[in-house]
Amino acid sequence: MSFLEVKDLKVHFPSRGGILSKKIPPVRAVDGINLSIEEGQTYGLVGESGSGKTTTGRAIIGLNAITSGSVLFEGYDLAKGGRRSHLDVRRDIQMIFQDPYSSLNPKKRVLDIIAEPLRNFERLSPMEEKLRVQQLLEQVGMSPEMIYKYPHEFSGGQRQRIGIARAVALKPKLVIADEPVSALDVSVQAQVLNFMKDIQQEMKLTYLLISHDLGIIRHMCNHIGIMYKGRYVEQGTTADIFGNPQHIYTKRLITAIPNIDPLQRDKQHIYREAVREEYERAHDSYFDNEGFALPLKPITKTHLAALPERG
Amino acid sequence: MNIGVLIEVFNAVNYFLNNQKIKVGLMRLVDRGIPLNDPLLAIKNLTTSFRIADDYYAAVDDVTLTIGKNEIVAIVGESGSGKSALAFSIMGLHTRARIEGHIYYKGQDIVPLPPSKQNKLRGKEIGMIFQDPLSALNPLMIIGAQIEEALLLHQPKLSKKERRLAVIELLTKVGIPRPEHTYGQFPHELSGGMRQRVVIAIAIANEPKLLIADEPTTALDVTIQLQILELIKKLKNESEAGILLITHDLGVVAEMADRVAVMYAGQIVEIADIYTLLSAAKHPYTRSLLHSIPTSKESQSRLHVIQGIVPSLQNLPRQGCRFRSRMPWIDPSAHEDNPTMHEIAPGHYVRCTCYKSFHFPDQKEVNDIHVLS
Repeated sequence: MSFLEVKDLKVHFPSRGGILSKKIPPVRAVDGINLSIEEGQTYGLVGESGSGKTTTGRAIIGLNAITSGSVLFEGYDLAKGGRRSHLDVRRDIQMIFQDPYSSLNPKKRVLDIIAEPLRNFERLSPMEEKLRVQQLLEQVGMSPEMIYKYPHEFSGGQRQRIGIARAVALKPKLVIADEPVSALDVSVQAQVLNFMKDIQQEMKLTYLLISHDLGIIRHMCNHIGIMYKGRYVEQGTTADIFGNPQHIYTKRLITAIPNIDPLQRDKQHIYREAVREEYERAHDSYFDNEGFALPLKPITKTHLAALPERG
Repeated sequence: MNIGVLIEVFNAVNYFLNNQKIKVGLMRLVDRGIPLNDPLLAIKNLTTSFRIADDYYAAVDDVTLTIGKNEIVAIVGESGSGKSALAFSIMGLHTRARIEGHIYYKGQDIVPLPPSKQNKLRGKEIGMIFQDPLSALNPLMIIGAQIEEALLLHQPKLSKKERRLAVIELLTKVGIPRPEHTYGQFPHELSGGMRQRVVIAIAIANEPKLLIADEPTTALDVTIQLQILELIKKLKNESEAGILLITHDLGVVAEMADRVAVMYAGQIVEIADIYTLLSAAKHPYTRSLLHSIPTSKESQSRLHVIQGIVPSLQNLPRQGCRFRSRMPWIDPSAHEDNPTMHEIAPGHYVRCTCYKSFHFPDQKEVNDIHVLS
């Protein structure tokens, strides 16, 4: 039994169209995802915009209604029951949001921002609360005197650390980080990523890291799932995905990463052309008639890919 | 190269400008080893200041840079380093800034030009690709009309029919699959990558000789980013235009640039060709930046973090090395009092002398990093 196990998760958004608001087929944002994460590990969810990676994260934490499937967190099925069920379990799952500029309420002080989850779940006196918040601020490497400041007084990296302090305030077990550094500059990015690794060890956190940046995914994750139009095209360990990509989409994604070595420009260009040609030639055999990925097939024990029959 | 002849040619073009000034300026450019054979754009001691309260603060401070024909020069820097302010200064898009210094486009200083003359350059001689295609396009106009607008302004002699044909040709050129169909579509009907192609089509509509691309792929996915970068490269090879590429992504720089200028807090701190920059960067800021990107090397379990924060415009140190506060473990006497650019190899410039004694805090001595190894 894994720590978090997602089985055949589907999130469909019903939609209506036309002048008479006829029912049209729903948008299948997430369409049958299976993943499992072991405790203390980092699982990376990769995909382009619109691939359903954020929806998957939001469905696990309960921000999007699940159409079908199950989300087993330490044995509890979070997909069953309404929004207010499993409250005791939900405090163990927290989220770090993408944009540190819009995810912090500008009218609230740092104290109120970080104390909000504490106020929801724990009964603390104002003194205790203040102490806890100050401890948390120290933990994220900020000065405890900052509790009376407002978000606009901080830089992007500091704001993201406030967001992280809020996420870990309840000592969660699973943290879902949705593009935690994509709004930040490279040097600040490094700071936040290092810090996420530190608190992971300190607090034995498990991460579900959602990102489109393969460099960051490679740096942070043990396991990776690659999504395309709501389905997985490939899943495996970091070594599987980067060392031995099987699906043409994965190959294309990996070759598109900018190469830091300008001496390789020509070589890289030729390789990319080859991959692009293969992608265009083999596209129909790798995807079904509607352009969705085929079912996953095992390649090794850890490595799965949506390959066509012969492959 | 005969410098004397060159100066005379230059002067002839700039007869209305102060001759003595240009001579001195040119000599200085030559001294610095900046290739003068055909600088399409030569920026000299450009300072762009904004007024905050009752004081002016320089967002771009004493920038000197050239861009040649058929050359891609990248400007790298973090947010707030002044790279976009520099691009806007070249385009003359700042309305309330104080601009000092010179921007020579084909030998003519465009800073003192009246707006009507600047309008003749903008969009015709100098094109700009903006960062966010959704906000750069008018949501209420069809794609075709938006591109025609650029043609109408600079090539008024074209007939309606010719313009339409030109637009369809442009759309084909930027790789839009069904140009006739897209002509009548609105921006919201296109995907992000297609929209950016339209923005590029507008930028190249009048075949500019200089193209300024301000973070052209930041809003795009990595596969789309690759397509757009290759498109920009292809267009450059066809038209031999010079390109000023502004980005914070060192990966994009490595893929595209011929030369790179690194900006920190409004100043250029290092200029070098791309190979030198990635293999033998000297300035502490450049080295720190290169050190902080996640690479594939497994040994690197922690990323390098630059201590401290980028000072805001109002809190910039007005004297001394601006990077000093971010490397407190280095002896302060390593810095110059008034840091200037030093040419340490042909075409390789570094600001301040602190690079000589810089090392990372976890290393004991001066040590070069080699990304390319």
